[in-house]
Amino acid sequence: MTTSTRETRIEADPQVPLIRITREFDAPPSKVFRAHTDPDLVVQWLGPRGLEMRIDHYDCRPGGSYRYVHSDANGEYAFRGCFHDVRPDELIVQTFTFEGMPDGVALEKLVLEDLGDGRTRLTTTSLCDSFADRDAMLAGGMEVGVVQGYERLDEVLAR
Amino acid sequence: MAADPLSRVFAALADPTRRDMVARLAVGDATVGELAAPYDVTVQAVSKHLRVLEDAGLVSRSREAQRRPVHLEAEVFDLMTKWIERYRRQAEERYRRLDDVLRSMPDDETPPTAQGRNPS
Repeated sequence: MTTSTRETRIEADPQVPLIRITREFDAPPSKVFRAHTDPDLVVQWLGPRGLEMRIDHYDCRPGGSYRYVHSDANGEYAFRGCFHDVRPDELIVQTFTFEGMPDGVALEKLVLEDLGDGRTRLTTTSLCDSFADRDAMLAGGMEVGVVQGYERLDEVLAR
Repeated sequence: MAADPLSRVFAALADPTRRDMVARLAVGDATVGELAAPYDVTVQAVSKHLRVLEDAGLVSRSREAQRRPVHLEAEVFDLMTKWIERYRRQAEERYRRLDDVLRSMPDDETPPTAQGRNPS
């Protein structure tokens, strides 16, 4: 089904409300790390397609914080969090909150693995504080609307 | 026990045997005996797996028919895989842009002959 071994893999744990995404890159960990910590580079790839991304601040160091805003014709969606731990070329641990759902917070852990030959495996684990939040994240959060997603599912299950 | 409907679907599909059974049912309805055939397990064990799939709304069994074939509720299955697949695709799109960024970054492994050294 996949055309490349590099394709993003995703895993949604049934026991714990987490999402795990794995992807390999043709670049050494130092580069992948820099692309995650330098705001001038982050802004070039992190935003979803078709949305403008503006970085308010992005201070990627232990104890630092970030805030960025995606915007489209319908409005703005802001995200913020704190960097709990940052270890060059190896690890970033941060919190993640969509300001539209300020009570929801996910703990994200990014692990960089050196595969040799200038390649890196990145594993991102997002741990949410409830299954509803995790599923909201999967359902597209603000884009689709959690409620709408659950209503559809309820409808289908009710048949 | 996972509380919400989507989590029940995730939990039901976490087991490789149940995933196999769903794949088999995607081809067409089957009886419990037919579903048990490829595995080295009892019909009782297969029935247990089926109950989990039924509770998650993934499969249904007709009450009337004597054979009681198991039917895959494709729409529930599709909805869940669609959510995950869409999320995965968004991540893949993001990472393709990251591929481009990584390609455009100067190589920090090569000695700085081309760029020239900073005299200070």
